[in-house]
Amino acid sequence: MLRWRHVPLPHPGPSSVLPFGNGRSYGDSCLNDGGLLFDVRGLDRLISFDVEHGVICCEAGVMLADILDLVVPAGWFLPVTPGTKFVTVGGAIANDVHGKNHHCAGSFGCHVRQFELLRSDGSRRRCSRSENPDWFAATIGGLGLTGVILWAEIQLHRVANAAMDIETIRFADLGGFFRLTGESDAAFSYTVAWVDCASRGKSLGRGVFTRANHASHDTSSAWAPGSAFGIPVELPGAVVTDTVVRAFNAWYYRRPQQRFRRVHFDSFLYPLDRVRNWNRIYGRRGFFQYQCVVGSSDGRDAVAELLSRIAAAGGSSFLAVLKVFGTIPSPGLLSFPRPGITLALDFPNRGSGTMRLLDRLDEIVRSSGGAVYPAKDARMSADSFRHYFPRWRSFCEYLDPAFSSGFWRRVAS
Amino acid sequence: MSNPRRVLICGATSAIASAAARCAAASHDLLFLVGRDPAKLRAVADDLRVRGAAQVETFVMDMNDIARHQMLIDECALRLGGVDAVLIAHGTLPDQAACEASFDAARAELETNFMSVVSLLTLAGNYCERQGKGTIAVISSVAGDRGRQSNYVYGTAKGAVSIFLQGLRNRLHRHGVRVITIKPGFVDTPMTANFPKNPLWADPSSVGRGVYRALCDGGDVVYLPWFWRPIMLLIRSIPERMFKSLRL
Repeated sequence: MLRWRHVPLPHPGPSSVLPFGNGRSYGDSCLNDGGLLFDVRGLDRLISFDVEHGVICCEAGVMLADILDLVVPAGWFLPVTPGTKFVTVGGAIANDVHGKNHHCAGSFGCHVRQFELLRSDGSRRRCSRSENPDWFAATIGGLGLTGVILWAEIQLHRVANAAMDIETIRFADLGGFFRLTGESDAAFSYTVAWVDCASRGKSLGRGVFTRANHASHDTSSAWAPGSAFGIPVELPGAVVTDTVVRAFNAWYYRRPQQRFRRVHFDSFLYPLDRVRNWNRIYGRRGFFQYQCVVGSSDGRDAVAELLSRIAAAGGSSFLAVLKVFGTIPSPGLLSFPRPGITLALDFPNRGSGTMRLLDRLDEIVRSSGGAVYPAKDARMSADSFRHYFPRWRSFCEYLDPAFSSGFWRRVAS
Repeated sequence: MSNPRRVLICGATSAIASAAARCAAASHDLLFLVGRDPAKLRAVADDLRVRGAAQVETFVMDMNDIARHQMLIDECALRLGGVDAVLIAHGTLPDQAACEASFDAARAELETNFMSVVSLLTLAGNYCERQGKGTIAVISSVAGDRGRQSNYVYGTAKGAVSIFLQGLRNRLHRHGVRVITIKPGFVDTPMTANFPKNPLWADPSSVGRGVYRALCDGGDVVYLPWFWRPIMLLIRSIPERMFKSLRL
C-alpha cells in the first residue's frame, strides 16, 4: 500500500505492477494477474480546498464520496461523476470517467487542472494542459499504465445545495428516446435513459427517460437516503434467469412514477451505491458489463441493431442505459467518451453464448466507428482495441516499463 | 456539537492517530501534531486543515528525546493557548525474536513504548493537575493484558503503561482530570502490514473514531473494537498452569 506521496515507490522486483484504487472497474483493467498492485487507497489525504473558486486538491486515493462530503455543504459539486461515488480520484482520471452530464460537461479529465505523476524510475512530473501536456494526455484515460498519480487538482462546479430536481418520462420506442434527448439536452444538465432491452418489434428500445438539474438557491434541500440494504452472500447463479430479467424489465417500465420529484443527489446519481455488494446477485460466475459508444451520424441505426441483437439473444440485461454523449473532446489519448450514443448493459456470465453475443455487438460497434469502454471490459480482442483506440501507438511511448495490467497484456501484446 | 478542544497528539502520523485527528478536525478542534518526519507531518496537517480543524500546528521530534518533553508541552500550550486534551499515540512494534536475542533491542523498545510515555504522562499529568481539568488518553494495547510468547516485550511495555495509567487516574480523578486507557486489538496499519489478517482485524479509521469518542466522553478503559473486552476477560481468566502450554 502506498501511504505517503513524497516517498519513492517500493521496488517491485521482476514482476510488473499496477496502481489499484477502489477496484470498481468491472474487468481486468484494474487487475494484474501474476504481478503486483500498488494499493493507492493509503494516499487518502486532502491537500487544499479553495472554497471561493471551487478548486480541490487531494491525494489520488481519496474517494469521490469523501470529496462530496466536504464540498457540497460549501456549495460545490463534482463537475463529473460516474454512477458510483466509491471510486478514487486517481481511478476517475485513469479511466477518464463520464457521467449523465457528459453532453454539457465532458469527461472527468476536462476538469482536472493538474496532477503529479510518479514513475517507476523515480521521476516526478507535474502535468497540466500547459506543463507536460503530452504526459497529461497520456495519463488521463491511461488506465494507470503511465505511472502512479499521486495527487490531483480538480475544478468543482457550483451548486446551491444537495437537492436535484428530476423529471421522469416514459418513451415507447427508440424514436421517443431520441426526441426526448433532442429537446432536453439544452435545458437539463443531466439526461439518461433506462431501456427495456427485452422488448422487441414495435416497442424496441422503449424505456424511461430521466432529466435533471441541480436545485436552485431558493429551494429547500433533500435528505440523503441511507444505505438501504446489502446482498450478504453470492446468490446461486440460477437466480438471474431470462424470465426474471424480462419480468423485472416489464415491471420497471410500467411502474408508476411521479413525473417531477426533488431528491437528494445520492438517489439520482448513485442508486446502486445503496445496495451494498449488488454484484453478488449474479452469483459466482458473475457478469459481463458492456458499454459502447456508436458514432453520432449513423448512431441511431447502430443502437437499433444492437438492441435487436440483444433482444433476439434473450435480452438478459437488468440495467441497460442509453445516453447521447456531447461534443466536448475528452483530453486523454485513450479516453473512451466521444461524440455518439452510448449504451451500457450487463449480462450474466453464461459462458460461450454470452461471449458470442458480445463479439457480435463488437462487430456492430466497429462498423459504426465506435468504441468499447476499457473500464468495463474483460474480453475485447487486441484487434478491436486497436480499432477503437487508434492513438494507442502514441500512448505506448508513455507506458511505464514496470507497469502492466491484465487488460493491457490482452489488448497490446 | 461540543466546544472545540485544544489537543496535543504525539505520534500524529500513525494510522490510528491521524484517523482520530480527522474526527477532531471535523469537530473544529485545535490540533498540535508531533511526529518525527516533517514531510509526513505536513501531509497530515494539510489534510486536517481542509477537514475543518480550527488550527493545526506541527512539531518535529522523536518521542525518545525525553529532554525536550517539557518544551513540547510548553510549546503546545503557547501556540494553542492552552491544552485541553493529550493523546499519546506513538509507538513501535518490536521484533520479538530480536528482543529475545538481545537485551539492547528489548531495552530500546521499552524506552520508546514505556519510558517515553511515562515521561510525557508525568509532565502532562502535572500540567492538567495544576489547571484542574483536562483529558489524557493513551493508546495502550490488548497485548498488555497478558504476557504471551509471541510479543511479550511489547506486551510488557503496554501492560506497564496500563498500570501506570491506573495509578495516574486514581491520583488525578479528584483534580477533575480524566485519564483514559485505550486498548485496541488487531488494527490493520503500517505497523502490522506483514501480519496475515482475519475477521478480528479492524481498520484504523473505525478505531480512530473510537479513540476520538473515548477522548470526548469515554470510560476509563476502552477496548477497540468493543468485543476485545470479553475476549481479553476470557484470556485473562485462563489459569497460568494451562496458559503456559498454549501457543499464543
